[in-house]
Amino acid sequence: MTLDARLVVNRPGFVLDIELTAAPGEVVALLGPNGAGKTTALRSLAGLTALDDGHVTLDGRRLDHEPPEHRRIGVVFQDYLLFPHLTALDNVAFGPRCRRVPRREARDKAREWLARVGLSEHVRKKPRQLSGGQAQRVALARALATDPKLLLLDEPLAALDARTRLDTRAALRGHLASFPGATVLVTHDPLDALMLADRLVIVEDGRIVQIGDAATITAQPRTDYVARLVGLNLYRGRAEGTTVRLPDGFSLVTAVPQEGPAFVAFPPAAVSLFASRPAGSPRNTWPATVTTVARHGDALRIELSGPIPVAADVTPAAAVQLELEPGRAIWATVKATETTAYPA
Amino acid sequence: MFLTLPLFGLLWRAPWSTLPQRLTEPGILAALRLSLLTATLATAVSLVLGVPLAWLLARTEFPGRRLVRALVTVPLVLPPVVGGVALLLVFGRRGLLGSWLDTTFGVSLPFTTAGVVVAEAFVAMPFLVISVEGALRGADARYEEAAATLGAGRWTAFRRVTLPLIAPGVAAGGMLCWARALGEFGATITFAGNFPGRTQTMPLAVYLALEQDVDAAIVLSLVLLVVSIAILAALRDRWVAA
Amino acid sequence: MRKTLIGAALAAVLAVSGCGDSASPAASASAGAASGNLTVLAAASLTESFNRIGKDFEAANPGVKVTFSYGGSSGLAQQIIAGAPADVFAAASPATMKTVTEAGDAAGEPRTFVRNQLVIAVAKGNPKGIRTLADLTRPGLKVALCAEQVPCGSAAAKALAAAPVEITPVTLEQDVKSALSKVKLGEVDAALVYRTDAKAAAGDVEGIEFPESAGAVNDYPIVALKNAPDPAAAAAFVTFVRSGPALDVLVDAGFQKP
Repeated sequence: MTLDARLVVNRPGFVLDIELTAAPGEVVALLGPNGAGKTTALRSLAGLTALDDGHVTLDGRRLDHEPPEHRRIGVVFQDYLLFPHLTALDNVAFGPRCRRVPRREARDKAREWLARVGLSEHVRKKPRQLSGGQAQRVALARALATDPKLLLLDEPLAALDARTRLDTRAALRGHLASFPGATVLVTHDPLDALMLADRLVIVEDGRIVQIGDAATITAQPRTDYVARLVGLNLYRGRAEGTTVRLPDGFSLVTAVPQEGPAFVAFPPAAVSLFASRPAGSPRNTWPATVTTVARHGDALRIELSGPIPVAADVTPAAAVQLELEPGRAIWATVKATETTAYPA
Repeated sequence: MFLTLPLFGLLWRAPWSTLPQRLTEPGILAALRLSLLTATLATAVSLVLGVPLAWLLARTEFPGRRLVRALVTVPLVLPPVVGGVALLLVFGRRGLLGSWLDTTFGVSLPFTTAGVVVAEAFVAMPFLVISVEGALRGADARYEEAAATLGAGRWTAFRRVTLPLIAPGVAAGGMLCWARALGEFGATITFAGNFPGRTQTMPLAVYLALEQDVDAAIVLSLVLLVVSIAILAALRDRWVAA
Repeated sequence: MRKTLIGAALAAVLAVSGCGDSASPAASASAGAASGNLTVLAAASLTESFNRIGKDFEAANPGVKVTFSYGGSSGLAQQIIAGAPADVFAAASPATMKTVTEAGDAAGEPRTFVRNQLVIAVAKGNPKGIRTLADLTRPGLKVALCAEQVPCGSAAAKALAAAPVEITPVTLEQDVKSALSKVKLGEVDAALVYRTDAKAAAGDVEGIEFPESAGAVNDYPIVALKNAPDPAAAAAFVTFVRSGPALDVLVDAGFQKP
């Protein structure tokens, strides 16, 4: 149940061209901003959008010329697309029925799946009588009841409110863990990707910009988009020892020496702000101007302009003391030991 | 107001005193029975042919689709009498298909009840096709995609997902179609002729009654109106509201 | 009033018989009286002949414009009773005319101006070899009649009863023209239609005379209408239709003199 695919879809003003693999039992997340082509990639895997080039191979079998109904690929759609005229039970039994399973057997199977997602009491309900979280679970059961070799999830949690999302995400994680086939998950929410996926594939503008596990991606983002997703300040420059020169002339000092093209990343909490130029230790010190002040969890996130754009997290108390408001001139420092540098 | 005034005209002029004995005339019952039968059969034919056609128009791309859609509306624009002549030219004894049908199967449509059904279906089917196509366009095509990912072929997806979703549209279109078939006159009298019990439907009976006896025509019209309104009202509650 | 009417009628007759053209003082004087628009409602079977007669009448009465409305006699009668603005009514049966006179819409007595007889219309060349009314009873032969509610249908019923011949038609058409067109299109093998209709369609059909038709001769009455916007012209037209030259046109079309 290994997926191996190259997906090329040409659209006016947009080209999707990505390679994708997934091993049995593996969960791969396609993560990227809206319009990056994630959903197109998913649709082309399912056979709902035709490929202009490339291939889809599942278990060594070429599928790219097979119609969707012969691919044995289960899909959970973003808005679930539960058939409104059928009960939850018949929605789930639909797939087996299409595979010529006798009605009774199909219903038994559906009942079993609904029990597994914890909806035994709701088998007779129509989709409009279900809550968002329940509908999501019916959609999952419906996709899994066809015994797919590959499971595709399109923004499976996007339609849910924050509270339901938390519970559903945990439950989904459990179901994906027990699913023997490969799973490809599309999301723009880094938390979903980090929690559900074994491997992240970052897609921007139709291309893959980074592949890795959660730890690598969060520690060493390679694009602004990823850095912002994981909450890091990210800069790209040229390393000479512990100094990384950025293209506009500014340089940052890091702890670990390197040579050649390099990224420097540090979290907003590593940035300290001072009303006047601090004396002594920090190697990275520069004057900056506050552009915005916004709540960020318990802290305040301060966006600064200056030689480099940077985000800093400070406590509300510090913000009051420093009189932080847009337009305020300030000094920013980052300790070399709090930065991460890695080859670009 | 404008639409219902003629109805009041009919009610006002109706020969109420002689109504009971007029209603029991055997001709009326035969024409009414034939009208209901042929309109229902014509609707069935239209459903069988029209729904798949509407699906093709709404869901697929093929060369000349715009032209086909325009052609579907031809019977709406064509004067029904001309439609009847056109049907004769195709299905008549000397017609393109008719002569073949006649020599091969010995089947001749004109002057038969089947001919009435053909004429009515020809005129009434566009109402169904247009209304079902509209319903299909309004329905979310992604349900069909979802069905496909669950292993449903196009026909299964259409039958088990799309059709139930557009059922109100199909019902409404079917009713329009039925009502139009019930009132069909021009194409029927031209193609199927007029013979009591076999091809004389209510509208034909009304027309001929007008030649001699206006009161009889009014009675016939009222019967047609009452029956059709009753049936449409009953069906509407059952299907469209649901 | 009466004087003008007679004058107009006289002028019309004179004009057509060639005694006076538009220069004749009598004609121009009466034309002044009978000027304007004349609306004539006439049975559909009169279409071809009345179109010609109308032209002749206009030529004889400069300034008069004749407009015809042709249709089934009964339908036209209903229109007149309902108050349609018309000057003259020419019907295909006395029964239909009676509905108009009984409603009090006629000015004066209707006069029969021509008669029409039934013939058997068959396809050109008479492929089925039909000679008599009795031939129509042959099995497998498709025959169209008019519905009994319309004049050609009642005439056919009369003729068949007089014969007596019993035939089973495949259809009872709503008027004589549609019965005829079923023959033209080859959908039926024969139809009982008026001689005039068969003659008008001479390119496509043949009319076969049969003696029994004498028992069902159809009289065509004409009358000026009471509510005629132009009574003088109306009366002039009625007189004109009954004059020699107009009759010639009608006989030409297959009608018989009364």
